[in-house]
Amino acid sequence: MSMTKFKQRNRLLSGSALCGRVDRSRELTFRFNGKYYKGYEGDTLASALLANGVDIVGRSFKYSRPRGILAADVSEPNAILQVGSDEANQVPNVRATEQPLYDGLISSSVNGWPSANVDAMSLLGKLGGDAMGPGFYYKTFMYPASMWETYEKVIRKAAGLGRAPTLPDPDKYDHMHHHVDVCVVGGGPAGLMAALTAARAGARVILADEQSEFGGAMLYGTEIIDGQPALEWVSDIANELRDYPDVLMMNNAIVNGLHDHNFLTINERRCHHLGNAIPPEQTRERMHHVRAHSVVMATGAQERPLVFANNDVPGCMLASAVSHYIHRYGVVPGDTLVLMTTNDTGYQCAFDWHDAGRLVVAIVDTRQSAHPHWLEEAKKRGIKVITGSAVIEVVGSKRVRAAVISAINAEGSFVTGETSEIECDTVASSGGWSPVVHLSCHTGAKPVWRDDINGFVPGESYEHRWYAGSVAGNHSLAECLSDGVQAGQQAVETALLDAQVTPLAASPNVPNAEQSPLGKSMAIYLVPHTSAPSRAPKQFVDMQNDVTAAGLQMATREGFESIEHVKRYTAMGFGTDQGKTGNINGMAIVAETLQQTIPETGTTMFRPNYTPVTFGAISGSHVGHLFDPKRFTPMHAWHLEHGAEFENVGQWKRPWYFPRGSETMEEALHRECLAMRKHVGILDASTLGKIDIQGKDAREFLGRVYTNAWQKLAPGKCRYGLMCGEDGMIMDDGVTSCLADNHFLMTTTTGGAASVLEWLEIYHQTEWPEMEVYFNSVTDHWATMAIAGPKARALLSELTDINLEHDEFGFMEWREGKVAGVPARVFRISFTGDLSFEINVPAHFGMHVWEALFNKGKKHNLTPYGTETMHVLRAEKGFVIVGQDTDGSVTPADINHDWAVANNKPYSFIGKRGMNREDCLRPNRKQLVGLRTVDPTVVLQEGAQAVRDPRQEIPMTMVGHVTSSYFSPVLGRSIAMGVIRGGIDRMGEKVYFPMANGDVIEAEICSTVWFDPDGQRQKA
Amino acid sequence: MFLIYCPHCEEHREEPEFHASGEAHLARPEDPEACTDEQWGEFLYFRKNPRGLHRELWVHSAGCRKFFNILRDTQTYQIHGSYKVGEWLEVDVQKDDEVSSS
Repeated sequence: MSMTKFKQRNRLLSGSALCGRVDRSRELTFRFNGKYYKGYEGDTLASALLANGVDIVGRSFKYSRPRGILAADVSEPNAILQVGSDEANQVPNVRATEQPLYDGLISSSVNGWPSANVDAMSLLGKLGGDAMGPGFYYKTFMYPASMWETYEKVIRKAAGLGRAPTLPDPDKYDHMHHHVDVCVVGGGPAGLMAALTAARAGARVILADEQSEFGGAMLYGTEIIDGQPALEWVSDIANELRDYPDVLMMNNAIVNGLHDHNFLTINERRCHHLGNAIPPEQTRERMHHVRAHSVVMATGAQERPLVFANNDVPGCMLASAVSHYIHRYGVVPGDTLVLMTTNDTGYQCAFDWHDAGRLVVAIVDTRQSAHPHWLEEAKKRGIKVITGSAVIEVVGSKRVRAAVISAINAEGSFVTGETSEIECDTVASSGGWSPVVHLSCHTGAKPVWRDDINGFVPGESYEHRWYAGSVAGNHSLAECLSDGVQAGQQAVETALLDAQVTPLAASPNVPNAEQSPLGKSMAIYLVPHTSAPSRAPKQFVDMQNDVTAAGLQMATREGFESIEHVKRYTAMGFGTDQGKTGNINGMAIVAETLQQTIPETGTTMFRPNYTPVTFGAISGSHVGHLFDPKRFTPMHAWHLEHGAEFENVGQWKRPWYFPRGSETMEEALHRECLAMRKHVGILDASTLGKIDIQGKDAREFLGRVYTNAWQKLAPGKCRYGLMCGEDGMIMDDGVTSCLADNHFLMTTTTGGAASVLEWLEIYHQTEWPEMEVYFNSVTDHWATMAIAGPKARALLSELTDINLEHDEFGFMEWREGKVAGVPARVFRISFTGDLSFEINVPAHFGMHVWEALFNKGKKHNLTPYGTETMHVLRAEKGFVIVGQDTDGSVTPADINHDWAVANNKPYSFIGKRGMNREDCLRPNRKQLVGLRTVDPTVVLQEGAQAVRDPRQEIPMTMVGHVTSSYFSPVLGRSIAMGVIRGGIDRMGEKVYFPMANGDVIEAEICSTVWFDPDGQRQKA
Repeated sequence: MFLIYCPHCEEHREEPEFHASGEAHLARPEDPEACTDEQWGEFLYFRKNPRGLHRELWVHSAGCRKFFNILRDTQTYQIHGSYKVGEWLEVDVQKDDEVSSS
């Protein structure tokens, strides 16, 4: 890396009182927009940029205006950067204020072409800026509609907020699950006291804070607690908390969601300070899933910037952010400061600036007066205070050059005097403090406006939640500390109500805080200008989305009166920012324009996530092969070894076909089909759902859930069963065998196994609890292999002690015995229409039996086949596949299966009433039939729509569609099934399939059974 | 994500262990054949969709596989209680609210 010496011009000297909490012995080099800079361990990317005097960090989203850093924390709207040194670790949308600096960090602006400093798009912003009001894109790019896709590409390119990496993420992420008594959100004074109170009471506690250190606002303050500097006090409390075994303290951990029943998601960034140097065993981020009995929210407050003309010019900052950079990082982000404030807390910024040795040009207070304490402190430092006035505009484009000051009226609604311009390079502003209510809104509670604090506080919730400190509108340090103790006590009392927990220490007293007195603050959301907002230079409300006061006023003039509509029309509060700095000012401006109060206007809802969460953290370790479980049959290794191609059926991996050498799929299917029909084939059918049903009422139960009769099925016999829903539509099918009088084995489709079991359970548990019957899934207990074909008997007889002769072992029967020396159940059932035995052995014997069959099978040309050949073979016999030939709107009568419906059963079985509804008895329903193409080489497309008159004008009358279609090697022609209106009574009639390419395929309606219609082969 | 009390396991467990099965207390008509098409249609398709208290059937699918009912507020998602199939739960909702939000 080339080392350019670059002076950190804004860094205070080490050894001074304000040298910050950075480690100056560890100098770090980083790159921003192609240039190298230096910073220190402990810096954020933002503090390091400011230390180096970098003013412009990006271009604005819509108007392409140069933007600088506004804030020092999570509320930063402008410094949204792309970070990452190589393609795989690119991270978009990183707030520079939240990114710890590390050696070798590479980052760049996300907006601005060719660069953030020289931007071609700003020409459009400057010339066309006034025309780009709210709804600009909606209004301008609406016509012609066909051009939208072209417009969209250009707009997206111009509007990008970073880009995703194109290579897989090399880092690891994971999840952790916690159950705690009390979860405290926020590690400022209130949160620390709440956590301490709960911990001493013996509770299991999590304390999460978004910053790298605990202390909250005290990290940049001058407070004294119990006679100590606040940060020493913080350190003592944190040390005590760390000693409790059931307390988990987390830094760099953002509670990004507070969900129902006090479920919290906490995004812990574990390695963001390490860059690419993450140890291999370390996870980059961790998502904590926390179920808390009680939640204490001590999320604090965010400072509101003031809205004035050109308030987005680099050099305009939040007052508290300036203090933050000075105290925490030893960085003064400019030389000459003008501070504008509506409240006493803002003064501290000017004092810090002055104490750091730089010039405060003036404090401009919008109020008529401040609390005497602050005026006295200003006087001591020789700082000029201009009351009853405001900075109504700044001059400058790439950096503030001067502030335009004017007297304003007592309400702050208009300018009263002459304007004057004073030179400065920084304008800090404080418009008061907005409680961070975001999390409290995530489950629907509406925040409540309080005029006395000019802010929203969290609304009521039935959950066990307490609010402590600034978030509840109690901004003074003394209130934060006492709130913390109180909330901690309440939370812990509720959480430990019934638990026998011994306190570990006495509940803490409220510490004594020394803090300067605060006078009344002023509510001012839009600083007046000599011109109306529509004519004044832009007054930005939401900087990330380039929403101005004039834009909000225009939106209301155009009829958008609901705050939710204004939000969507102007984009205020959108994006990664979610209205952190802009929302309150924006709502107040809308309220003023509509001549309403702020509570009448209301607030938009804050939804999870509080800040953007990476997909890595969301998915954790559930990626790649761990994304979804895969299910393998006991013979899977054999299939792999023999080159099977696989098909996913639910989570199962099923062999699809077994290509030999360079065979195509078509060639393989052809060979597999013929081998089975001529010799013997074998299918791994282990995935079929198997449910063991026992109990004295098992037989009656089957009669209620299946459409056909079960009373007379004797042990040793099997029967095909059809299952319907209460609506009379086919839901599943399969063969059920009688193992003993009170014991049955039901098979289901592979995909239906879980839902059928739940179906049986729900009827047993809710409708017929008096029946004595038990269900158990045994799908995985058995390995199932179906051998089918003329040689099946000869093959199996070499391996079993079961008498396979037809007189002894008939079709639709099962026998117990040994196969290849292991216990087996053999079912003589067939899904191919040929002589077939389905061998079931305990799963761990599966491979042994499969291989034994192949050892003996060579001379019979035993051929493995997959699901695709199975589909062709069953279609040749007209056997339906539920879910392919049926779709939930098909009754047994619709597929010509009346034979499987026993209407004479005494109990009104599930589906009986439904299938006898008027509409289900209609003659012209779509019915399953065979479709014989006139040209035998043409294979219909599954899903193709049928018409009776191919010459009809479009839209044509569609009378049905193809459900299954294949080429049958044994028949030497195409075969198909489909549903056609009234099809069963239209045998021999023609239907037509107009295709997208203009061809029309002609087919004749025929029987669904193509092969061996008498069923001689399966009974052989 | 809900925290649900299974009245069979007698424990609070996380929502992924459960499946919702729709409205509770939908009895299958005693004599389906005696129902008109309209009555059967009511049973098949018509469901309550209240803003507020709702009795729902849930199953502890990844647990004991037992069905049970919960009384839930569809607006706040507060669960006022769980009870077994065949039972009935009466909850003084106002009192329940006071206890919870204290």
